[in-house]
Amino acid sequence: MIRVGDAARAPDFATAAKGSLANAQLRRNVRHATDVIRGKRALVVGETSDWQQLREAGRQIKAHVLRHLDTYLQQFEENCTRAGGHVHWAADADEANRIIVDLIKARGESEVIKVKTMTSDETRLNVALEAAGIAPYETDLADLIIQLGDDRPSHIVVPALHRNRAEIREIFLRRMNLEALGGEPEDLTAAARQFLREKFLRVPVGFSGANFLVAGTGGVCVVESEGNARMCLTLPRMLITLAGIEKIVPTLQDLDVFLQLLPRSATGERMNPYNTLWTGTTAGDGPEEFHVVLLDNGRTKVLADPHARETLHCIRCAACLNACPVYRQTGGHAYGSIYSGPIGAILTPQLQDLQHSRSLPYASSLCGACYEVCPVKINIPEILIHLRARIVEESGAAGERMAMKAALTAFGDPRLLKLAQTIGRFLQRPLAADGYIRRAPGPAAAWTATRDLRAIPRQSFRDWWASR
Amino acid sequence: MNGSAARSLILGRIRDVVVASGGRTEPAGAEHARIERTYNQGPSLPRDACLELFIDRLKHYQVAVHLCSRGEIAATIAGTTAARDKFRLIVPADIDPAWLSSGAGFVRDEGLGYRDLDVSDGVLTGCSLGIATTGTIVLRHGPGEGRRALTLIPDYHLCVVLADQVVETVPEAFRVLAASRPALVTTISGPSATADIEMTRIRGVHGPRTLDVIVVDAPIGP
Repeated sequence: MIRVGDAARAPDFATAAKGSLANAQLRRNVRHATDVIRGKRALVVGETSDWQQLREAGRQIKAHVLRHLDTYLQQFEENCTRAGGHVHWAADADEANRIIVDLIKARGESEVIKVKTMTSDETRLNVALEAAGIAPYETDLADLIIQLGDDRPSHIVVPALHRNRAEIREIFLRRMNLEALGGEPEDLTAAARQFLREKFLRVPVGFSGANFLVAGTGGVCVVESEGNARMCLTLPRMLITLAGIEKIVPTLQDLDVFLQLLPRSATGERMNPYNTLWTGTTAGDGPEEFHVVLLDNGRTKVLADPHARETLHCIRCAACLNACPVYRQTGGHAYGSIYSGPIGAILTPQLQDLQHSRSLPYASSLCGACYEVCPVKINIPEILIHLRARIVEESGAAGERMAMKAALTAFGDPRLLKLAQTIGRFLQRPLAADGYIRRAPGPAAAWTATRDLRAIPRQSFRDWWASR
Repeated sequence: MNGSAARSLILGRIRDVVVASGGRTEPAGAEHARIERTYNQGPSLPRDACLELFIDRLKHYQVAVHLCSRGEIAATIAGTTAARDKFRLIVPADIDPAWLSSGAGFVRDEGLGYRDLDVSDGVLTGCSLGIATTGTIVLRHGPGEGRRALTLIPDYHLCVVLADQVVETVPEAFRVLAASRPALVTTISGPSATADIEMTRIRGVHGPRTLDVIVVDAPIGP
């Protein structure tokens, strides 16, 4: 089945956000982290003279790939296979997990070292691995904090940004069986290095996501900072990569655009410390067995909606999260999905059916900050509005629809409008005071819970004009 | 569902929706060639300024940079490693022997195990390219660059970059890479790092914690 982590069971955004907003520590941590990244991003984006041209090229490449996705996927498959890789196809999360579990079991292995990947959180791979008796070890520092703390990621790039050093120290002390541990980030990082070193050198199966699949060469590119991905991609005997079908770029040359856009947008660096690009298997260097699982899990459904298709342009930089005034207040958990923030608000409801996560397209003030920072120019505000319309169309909100229809009719005819105003003036009498309705009755109360509604004035503009 | 069923299902869905939206009017190759690439293709700086930028960016990552002429490579390697207290560096078996003539101890990589690399003093390699605007070193893991584990597991990496290997921009580097279609590429921009804890940048997580670079024949003053 199509699944996006636990999002199908998550409470609606407004309910979940109340909990987050009451947590002052969480809000401080989120505010601090997003402020730091925004500042760094602004500097390294500001120093380029061709940022808008890069964004436009990125947008055009992504739109082009989606128009020819079947061609490019087959090209990737052919080239990857020729280079010694094995390509698998998975229609949904369960199928992907099953393929991966079977591959590991076929080698008789019971442990796997993992590179940070949102896509395996999407399919809930770790749950499937553990159920099959396979131990997954997260090796990205933030993912390790999440895994050891039985926590959930709250950001696409820095998933543990809701935790501060004291909380992380607690988690490490408890779960790494340490007797003593300093409280500085340096101490915590050193503890993670030591904890993982032995696993890197020993565990024979590596697992990763992909930032880019290069159709023209069959190569896969992973972008990272810590070196944990290089470890997982290089040292094990078998490597399995899970990648969404939208991760394709046509040629190696196209990476010049994305490897400028992504690091500057994601972490505010001119270039992230490490990128690894590999093609199938190479004798004497790296894994002897390599598999790629190409995942649909709702992506072709997103592709089918021409108004929202560009959601699939996303390169997961999270610049929209850092820029979003809503995310910056609530943090990521309120979105109930591993994909949080503005991109999560459009991606999660589309991947899953709209009845899940239907509160997410409303988790925005439509201010447009997300669109402005998006390195591939996804018009998130417009897609949010489009999804709101789809939700109303597909839902049974008959009252709202009838009211809107009635309004349309009234506004279309001056006589009907005058009549409606006259009736409205009569009906609002018990509710209006000083020109405002502060508490509307029935379902309209949801509107006035956070805003005042202007009462219909005694004299309309038309009346005033006629009386002159 | 077996594998081939998922394959035809996914490819079929893509064809259905793309054709239905009428978006496909020409072959992929022709459309790809029309993508507007108006971003900087480089280079725009004089060579000496480009090299200065490269060195400046490396230093920004707290990489120690040493300059020397082609004839001084071996001596500069010896001096740099001695200053770091590194006396037995691992080298790729096919490294330029002239670099090792200083007499310091080197261990040729002829299939060393991961544990050997883990307890080593460090590694010395060349590279394929340098990128000035981003302070990046590009390895294609060809001759003199070593297999990937070599520049990953040891805690110290000393890399020799020839000035004429340095390009100014990322697009230039990818033009070179696209022309040679290497099976493996690693790009290195400073030592490994993380900012996962309170956005405090910590250098040295899993990759080499120290990266030194020797730039050879840079057309600039000392």
